[in-house]
Amino acid sequence: MDVKPLLLWSDVLVFLLVISLVLFFYRLRRDPQTRERWGQVFSSRLGMVTFTVILTYVGIALLDSLHFRRALDTAQGGASQEVFYDNKVTSVLDLVLGGMGDRFERTYSAPFALKSFEKQNMKDEEGRAIRDFPLLEHAGRHLADPADRWPDVLAKTVTALLWGLLLGSIWIAPQWWWLRGSANPWYASWGVQLVVICLGTWAVVVSRYYHILGTDLGGTDVLYQSLKGVRTGVLLGTLSTLIMLPIAVTLGVMAGYFKGWVDDLVQYLYTTLSSIPGILLIAASVLLFQVYIDLNPDFFSIGMEKADARFIALCFILGVTSWSTLCRLIRAETLKISQLGYVQAAHAFGVSHSRILGRHILPNVVHIILITFVLDFSALVLAEAVLSYIGVGIDPSMGSWGNMINGARSELSRQPPVWWTLTGAFFFMFALVLAANLFSDLVRDAFDPRSSGRRSEA
Amino acid sequence: MFAYIVRRLLYAIPILIGVNLLTFTLFFVVNSPDDMAVSQLGEKYVTPEAIAAWKKKNGYDKPLFVNAEGAGLAAVTDTIFFTKSLKLFAFDFGRSESGRDITTDVSTRMWPSLAVALPTFIVGIWVNICVALLVVMFHATRLDRWAVFVFVCLMSISYLFYIIGGQYLVAKTWKLVPISGFHADAQAWKFLILPVLVGVVAGIGSGARWYRTLFLEEANQDYVRTARAKGASEIGILFTHILPNALIPILTGVVVLIPSLFMGSLLIESFFGIPGLGSYMLDAIKSQDFAIVRSMVFIGSILYIVGLILTDISYTWADPRVRLN
Repeated sequence: MDVKPLLLWSDVLVFLLVISLVLFFYRLRRDPQTRERWGQVFSSRLGMVTFTVILTYVGIALLDSLHFRRALDTAQGGASQEVFYDNKVTSVLDLVLGGMGDRFERTYSAPFALKSFEKQNMKDEEGRAIRDFPLLEHAGRHLADPADRWPDVLAKTVTALLWGLLLGSIWIAPQWWWLRGSANPWYASWGVQLVVICLGTWAVVVSRYYHILGTDLGGTDVLYQSLKGVRTGVLLGTLSTLIMLPIAVTLGVMAGYFKGWVDDLVQYLYTTLSSIPGILLIAASVLLFQVYIDLNPDFFSIGMEKADARFIALCFILGVTSWSTLCRLIRAETLKISQLGYVQAAHAFGVSHSRILGRHILPNVVHIILITFVLDFSALVLAEAVLSYIGVGIDPSMGSWGNMINGARSELSRQPPVWWTLTGAFFFMFALVLAANLFSDLVRDAFDPRSSGRRSEA
Repeated sequence: MFAYIVRRLLYAIPILIGVNLLTFTLFFVVNSPDDMAVSQLGEKYVTPEAIAAWKKKNGYDKPLFVNAEGAGLAAVTDTIFFTKSLKLFAFDFGRSESGRDITTDVSTRMWPSLAVALPTFIVGIWVNICVALLVVMFHATRLDRWAVFVFVCLMSISYLFYIIGGQYLVAKTWKLVPISGFHADAQAWKFLILPVLVGVVAGIGSGARWYRTLFLEEANQDYVRTARAKGASEIGILFTHILPNALIPILTGVVVLIPSLFMGSLLIESFFGIPGLGSYMLDAIKSQDFAIVRSMVFIGSILYIVGLILTDISYTWADPRVRLN
């Protein structure tokens, strides 16, 4: 089948981000002190486990960032040879999941259910109108007898797990060969990798026959939606911080180094900005941008591009409204560093400002940037849910955990309660945020001179 | 002290002007009144006449900064900047896009907000400090490590889940209190207890973890070691040495929030149907009522600046070594 790759702006940004992060860490590797600190992070099992979990999420997000549009079948006898492409954007993740997102039902259905959650008017065999729960279109159609459901699920699970173990061993064996002499607890990471691979295989296999986490009001598979939310969460958490970094670092370093009126100006800027209630500023900016999009519909050829523009704008707005904390920290650190002997000595030797900033100041505030980057990540993922609830978050057409929660917020008050949508969003979000929080604690302990000093005293 | 406060208040003026200019730029320059009219009217009914009528009705039919037609002072006063932005300084918030008086709305709605936010704030701090002290007592034991892990887990749950879960368990399953609503009478506690509970529980993770760090920082000081060497009991050290000294960093984090309590909580109020400023803001955002958003931004910044000043004052009260000058 003919496909046409589609590069969204956020895809470009995310791959740039990955490349720059790889380069950044490659450079850092040469610095013995940094190596030692990262070594401290990865010498603990917790560090390994959380890092692997985060990498899994990032991997899903990257797979979901390779987009393309399928070609539509040309009408028979059509004169033109032009190929038209589907307006629906598919990603590599959709391929991996094997069409999980294409198996729609009419409305709610419980996890592993065979029948719909709501009754519907139907005709029975003799043509009489009855009201009953209709069978689902994509769940358990292969079963001869509904009573076979749980044995069947169990059999499929065992098969899937065996496949998962096989795939996992193939995946882990080279790593083991490569790293077997390492002192770091890699086995913890392999354990998580094995679990992830097994779960993944299980989900792909079983979802062909059942809706593992049920379906939501619109009949979409909840597991699929949760997986689609991964990209949004990961991208928002990283891109926003990345956008804010240049502003915060430049202004913070300049304020702390040049002092005087520069310092006054920067302090004024961030006090003003942080005095505005953050959520209102974000909401106002997003609304204004939305008005702009609505007034200029010609800029975007398909709906996905519109949603993507709004997403990038949201990242941008979150970044621009949140640089004040980092700026304040960097300013304070620069003030401290620029009083130190070696900076004074550099001044005395007549070293230029730009060289002092680049060689002596910037490398010494990198740890603050790093800690903020990791700390902010989880906060941003959580913020996305709140913003989507308020209605100024991700575009509803783009999957996100916030939109899932927002759509499902009154489902628990139904009778019986529809609990699976919230559960799906909850677990996917919780695992990512928890891993990020735990990892950021470790990074802070390793990189923050204050906390490592405290540790040695204790 | 008095001179200091006066100076701080004067310093607040340029900040408020900055806030004012920023919101003005956002709402009138980036997004012209014409755009606002289009989005308020809906795309179907947009005609030049309709836009002009909408602008006239809501007072946007003036030039931004300078009115060339106006005579004398009117050249400056009969502009959008003066009527919509500068008047905020006189606490004249004008009317919302739906025609209601914002000042009246704000003054009636701030009390329900406070009724939820203040108990949440006080009970929250009390609970967090108690939990943190308890954990510090077991410092460097297995219990301490598990407690920190539980705190991080609690932090990693979205606020929305606390609210949804709280409503489901307490109000729907156990039927202890009504799910949502508000009455300003003797029965008010019934409606307030669940929002306060949810707010407190949601805050335990980050709050108790933060206080624990502060307490541990104090616990590693020399005077604590001296007290221990002299044979003071652990509990005595905790309450007479660590707690009072840790109050100073706690104050910095906490006092700045007190004035903002008037603003209420967006999420809590909208889920529990409390007619406070939080739900007011949310409704304004949802209906794109920029006049209200503008006013709330201004009020919010004033409250934040007041919070900063209060923080400095509370310093001198908590720590006699600090002198403001």
